Amino acid sequence: MTGPARSGLHALLLSGEFVVTAELQAVDSADPAAVHELADLLRGKVDAVNCTDNSAAHAHLGPLAAAHLLLDRGVEPILQLTCRDRNRLGLQADLLGAAALGVRNVVLMTGDDVSAGDHPEAKPIYDLDSIHLVRIARIMRDEGRYLSGRPLEVPPGYLIGAVENPFAPPLEFRPMRLGKKVEAGAEFVQTQICFNVDKLRLFMARCGELGLLDHVWILAGVFIPRSARAARYLRDQVPGVDVPETVIERMEAVPEHRQGELGIEIALEIVEQVRGIPGIRGVHLMSIRNETGIVRLIERAGLLPRPTTLAAPVA
Amino acid sequence: MARTLDRRPPPTVPPPRGFRKALLVVERATKEPIWDCRMCGQCILHSTGLACPMRCPKNLRNGPCGGVLQDGGCEVVPEMRCVWVQAWEGSRRLPLWRGHMAHLQPPVDWRLQETSSWENLLTGRDRRVPAAWSAR
Repeated sequence: MTGPARSGLHALLLSGEFVVTAELQAVDSADPAAVHELADLLRGKVDAVNCTDNSAAHAHLGPLAAAHLLLDRGVEPILQLTCRDRNRLGLQADLLGAAALGVRNVVLMTGDDVSAGDHPEAKPIYDLDSIHLVRIARIMRDEGRYLSGRPLEVPPGYLIGAVENPFAPPLEFRPMRLGKKVEAGAEFVQTQICFNVDKLRLFMARCGELGLLDHVWILAGVFIPRSARAARYLRDQVPGVDVPETVIERMEAVPEHRQGELGIEIALEIVEQVRGIPGIRGVHLMSIRNETGIVRLIERAGLLPRPTTLAAPVA
Repeated sequence: MARTLDRRPPPTVPPPRGFRKALLVVERATKEPIWDCRMCGQCILHSTGLACPMRCPKNLRNGPCGGVLQDGGCEVVPEMRCVWVQAWEGSRRLPLWRGHMAHLQPPVDWRLQETSSWENLLTGRDRRVPAAWSAR
């Protein structure tokens, strides 16, 4: 967790700043303006933006293109890649291509299964698992070669991220699994959406005991529900998210036009609690078509203005 | 259950003869009924609490995905318990091998599908990994 900054996000993490990242809304348009408009909403409000890879196993505009369009608008992208849709050749090709386009952060994961999406009849790939992919990204960067051993002319220079779900069974194994990701080469981690702060606290304490917190920056995932319906969708349709019944009940107890405001309130409570957990170095904000909710939350949490980052070094 | 999740590609090696064939037949006849083995040819059962990781619909070799249901069910087949929940519990009962859950397992060599992991263990074939993986 030292050395020259590989990206603006990396510079902030190195400086000890509490960082804010957000997830780009999935886009279903061939018009670049769709991504540019979202970029304009988030620019200056967050430190970097995740470009998801067919999130929830639904086809969308690809993450490489989205990352490129964010760069057009001066927003630092975090490229997500899953093992679901590509084999080891495709994944290495996209890692290298992303670096060539100026992407300085990647987050690598297994990915929701095709059965969760709108093409359940598709052939899933899973040639690699997420830990393989993290290590291969690290080999490409630090050793300047592909998994096969064949050399790269210029290696990629990205910061390597992974994900973890501290809220899903087997809970006792989760910190050890994070340890494997760190050993494989992950430098920062974004967690699954947190509603259950006690579970996150236990997870972080165990990571501390394993000595992981000196080796990885952990950003807590926070969801801003726009409506009771969005909270139910999350519980019923997105695998691995633990949405407590109390959250749904609170949202349903107020009329629909006030649910957006309450959603921000609920997310704010979680941000304030996770900020106090040792080892949590930032938040990763997610929503379903609720960019204004994301921005309002950042304002109300006192996380503005965002520090200006140094220009990212060229790989 | 055994074959409903089967997403194995067809074998890419010629069928073995003689002693090698006998080994394959015996391995299949014992490991399939006991562990629902998928004959990946690079067995790590002892490192995964005796739960075959190839039964995971995502073929994960290093631990569970993030989609495990709150009741421990599999994201893809909710009525099945997550293979890695079984692996974690199984590994706690193994005195010698429980620490293996922390080991980094290399990517699968898909050419070894439908070959005997016993033969590959004896010949060392199952320890052959891509050049850049082994160097670290």
